[in-house]
Amino acid sequence: MLKDVVKGLWRENPIFVQVLGMCPALAVTTRSIFGLSMGMATTFVLVSSSVVVSLIRKAVPPQVRIPMYTVVIATFVTAADYFLKANFFEISKALGPYVPLIVVNCLILGRAEAFASKNGVLRSFLDAAGMGIGFTAGLVILGSARELLGAGSLFGVRVMGEGFTNWIIMVLPAGAFITLGLLVGVFNLADQKIKKDTACHVTEKSG
Amino acid sequence: MNVEQIILIFVAASVTNNFVLTYFLGICPFIGVSNKVESAVGLGVATTFVMTMAATFTWLIYHYILVPNGLVFLQYVTFIIVIASFVQFVEMVIRKISPALYKALGIFLPLITTNCAILGLTLFMVLRDYTFIEAVIFGLGAGVGFTLALVLMAGIREELEFADVPDSLKGAGITLILAGMLALSFMGFGGLISG
Repeated sequence: MLKDVVKGLWRENPIFVQVLGMCPALAVTTRSIFGLSMGMATTFVLVSSSVVVSLIRKAVPPQVRIPMYTVVIATFVTAADYFLKANFFEISKALGPYVPLIVVNCLILGRAEAFASKNGVLRSFLDAAGMGIGFTAGLVILGSARELLGAGSLFGVRVMGEGFTNWIIMVLPAGAFITLGLLVGVFNLADQKIKKDTACHVTEKSG
Repeated sequence: MNVEQIILIFVAASVTNNFVLTYFLGICPFIGVSNKVESAVGLGVATTFVMTMAATFTWLIYHYILVPNGLVFLQYVTFIIVIASFVQFVEMVIRKISPALYKALGIFLPLITTNCAILGLTLFMVLRDYTFIEAVIFGLGAGVGFTLALVLMAGIREELEFADVPDSLKGAGITLILAGMLALSFMGFGGLISG
C-alpha cells in the first residue's frame, strides 16, 4: 500500500523520471508560488479523476474508455478552474490557459489508463496522491530554482543580496528548458549514485 | 479585415510566439517523436491539419452554440470532444493512405488528442477574441510553427547520436537543454514584429 504512494515521489517521479506533464511544468514555473498552485490544482484533478475512473472501470466498454476518461477529467478541471477563479483570482489570471490545459496533461490520462482502470479505489487514490505530490514537488523545485536565479527571491521574498544581478534568461522560455534539462540530469545522477551505493553494500555483505 | 493583420497573426503563431518554444505547448510529441526527420514531418502535417480544423469548428461551436445558449462552462468538454473526433478521423485517413507512416507514428498519433498545443490553441483563440478568419489563420500558423520546431529538433537529434553525452543527461535531459538553446535562437526573431 505504502509503495503506491512512495513510488510517485522518487522512483517514478512524473517530472524528473517520466518527463510527463511538461507543458505546465515549464510554462508556469517562473515563480515558486505558481508552481505550487499549479501542482495542487493538478493533484486535485488527478486524485478525483483516478477515484472516479476506478469506480466506473467495470461499467465502461473498452472501445470508448479514452473519451470517457477525458470527459471525467475535463469535468474536474472545469471545477478546479472555477474554484481558482472565484477564490484566487490573481493566481488564476497568472496561470491563464494553463489551468484548463490540465485536461490534456498526459500524466492524468496516463494514470487513469495505466493504474486506475485496473485497480481498486483505495490503491488508485494512493497512487494518484503519490503522483500528485511528486508532481507538485517537482514544480516547486523547478519554480524555486528559476525564481531564485531569475528574480533573486523565493515565494516572493527577496533572498539574494543587493549585488545580485537577476538572470533574466531564467524566467524566459529558454531558461525553463535548460533548468529542467539540468535538473533531470542531477536527478539521474543522484539516482545512479544511490543504486550504486546499495549495490556495493550488498556485495560487501555477501563478500 | 485587412491582410496585414492576417499575416501578422500567421507569423506570430508560427515563428515569434512559436507554440512549442515559447508557450511550451506540445512538448510530449516534441520530445517523443523528434528522433527522425521523416516521422517528424508526418506528425507535423497531421497535427497542422487537426489544428486548423479544430480552430475552425470550435470557433463555430463556441460562437453559435455555446455563447447564445449560456453554456460556456461546457467549453473544455466540448472542445476536447471536437479535437478527439478529428484525431480519430486523421488516424483513419493516414492508415488508409500511408500504412508505413501510420506504423512509424505509433502511439503518438492517437496522442495528438492530448497534445496540449491543440487545446491550447482553441483556448487562446477564445481568450483573444479572434474573428473567424483570424482563428483559422491562427490554427494554420500554430501548426506550421509546431512542424517547424519538431523538424528542427529531429534534425539536431539525428546528429546527436554521434555526440558524446554524459550518461546522466542522455535522453530527456539533453533534449530539454537543446530545446532551450533552440528557444534562445528563436528569441532572435522577436524583433520581427513589434506591437
